[in-house]
Amino acid sequence: MGRDDRLWLAVLLAPAAIVFIAFFLLPLARLFLIGGSGALGWGAYVAAFTEPRYFRSLVSTVLLSAGVTAVTLAISGVAGVFLQRNRFRGCALLTALLTLPLAFPGVVIGFMVIMLAGRQGLIPDITEALTGERLVFAYSMAGLFTGYVYFSIPRTILTVMAAAEKLDPRIEEAARSLGAGRWRVVRDVIVPGLKPAFLSAGAICFATAMGAFGTAFTLATRINVLPTVIYTEFTLQANVAMAGALSFVLGAITWAALALARTAAGSTVAAAG
Amino acid sequence: MSRTVTARRSLVFWLQLAFTLAVCAFLIVPVGLSILAGLTANFFLGIDSGLTTQWLAKVWTDYRHTVYLSIRIALACLVCTLLLGVPAAYVLARRQNAFTRTLEELLVMPVAIPGLATALALIVMYGGWGDFRRSWLFILVGHVLFTLPFMVRSVLAVLTSIDLKTLEEGARSLGASFVQRFFGIVLPNCRGGILAGSLMVVTLSLGEFNMTLLLHTPLTQTLPVGLADTYASLRLEVGSAYTLVFFIIIVPLLVAMQWAASWSASTARRRRPPQQT
Repeated sequence: MGRDDRLWLAVLLAPAAIVFIAFFLLPLARLFLIGGSGALGWGAYVAAFTEPRYFRSLVSTVLLSAGVTAVTLAISGVAGVFLQRNRFRGCALLTALLTLPLAFPGVVIGFMVIMLAGRQGLIPDITEALTGERLVFAYSMAGLFTGYVYFSIPRTILTVMAAAEKLDPRIEEAARSLGAGRWRVVRDVIVPGLKPAFLSAGAICFATAMGAFGTAFTLATRINVLPTVIYTEFTLQANVAMAGALSFVLGAITWAALALARTAAGSTVAAAG
Repeated sequence: MSRTVTARRSLVFWLQLAFTLAVCAFLIVPVGLSILAGLTANFFLGIDSGLTTQWLAKVWTDYRHTVYLSIRIALACLVCTLLLGVPAAYVLARRQNAFTRTLEELLVMPVAIPGLATALALIVMYGGWGDFRRSWLFILVGHVLFTLPFMVRSVLAVLTSIDLKTLEEGARSLGASFVQRFFGIVLPNCRGGILAGSLMVVTLSLGEFNMTLLLHTPLTQTLPVGLADTYASLRLEVGSAYTLVFFIIIVPLLVAMQWAASWSASTARRRRPPQQT
């Protein structure tokens, strides 16, 4: 490649680099400094772990995200492999419907949970008919859990289906002909084969649940997860330093989860190939 | 596909089908209920209270401006990500070394870290610039940061799957300049990726809330911010009608996205040389 090409490439890359530095890296650096300039000084970054109020919300956010990830992977794993492995009438429509909510924003997901389990929702109507009591759980942690599983299913199913397409059915047949039962095949052939997909989809699911805000905002800002705490610190307490420090802690955790999954998935892929 | 469909399905098949249908119902039933509620005179009394478009009319009078603003931001965001992202993706595809890999990693950061953090960072840095803070361009900046990685990745995926080097060397040996090669060879070859990326960018921008809630001002309310507003303060029917407006805008885009994905998959299959079976 010639010398003139190098100049052209620099010219093509420059606009994106400038915008990215000016509007992302520099503001983030500024926020990092402000995070350490509040009443607590640099201690604000430690307060996320030592101050009970922040630590509790941090723990519940991590537990919620981990639970959502586990449930979503189980649901999407079963449905995704099923849709990829079986051809039947309506299969394409079913796939399309399952991936329809892919780009619904968090606020709309929150509203979907209200339609399901809110005061005038479907589930309370059903439980009233069955037991005489209205089971309303939309405005609590259970509602948030439902909402996060709702928005994680479509994207996870797509990843699982793409990975299941690449699984070689001959390995399963070989295992079966060697006498492995159905559960053995699932445990020893299908799940290991889908491991890279589970890792990457799981990491994205976890990271999205950690940082999601719209659903909690719609259901009730009182639900104590880290994003709502950050929002309250910033808007109601006007404590920009603490909000900044907490969002850095939150960002660091999600980024670490994604990086960890990528290295894990990367090494598995390398070992397989 | 080598497998043949057997006429007799096993019990496990039916169990899995039932499970998948239940998951589908979990996702789709609330959408249906919400559409119904938006068209019902009184959702509490049920469909017997009559179907009406009064809620839609109310939403359109009160919140029309949010729809216009969201579409304007989404289109401007598309133009920005095309101008910034497509050339950047090309550079990343051409030069694969430690520097460009780091760059690729960095570009994805606005998706990896929570939108609240990015919005706070923008506010502490540029919040003091009054006219900029109050204009819709402030929201646009956040949306461009958030959607740029999707455009870059989508185009990059296509560019790394084709033999760009051979194509470019061929054109070069025939005397094509860099500009001719970029517009004559690179862009036409990655149009599938550009299309998929564009649909993604517009869809994500229309639905962005996490950042926009902090970046917006009362005069720059977008559609999702308006939705949150009605969910919190107005009756269920109005919120549902407003959601219906959002669905009418977003669902065609989602369907187009699925169509584009299957289209690019089928063209990729056609391009691949025939294999022995």
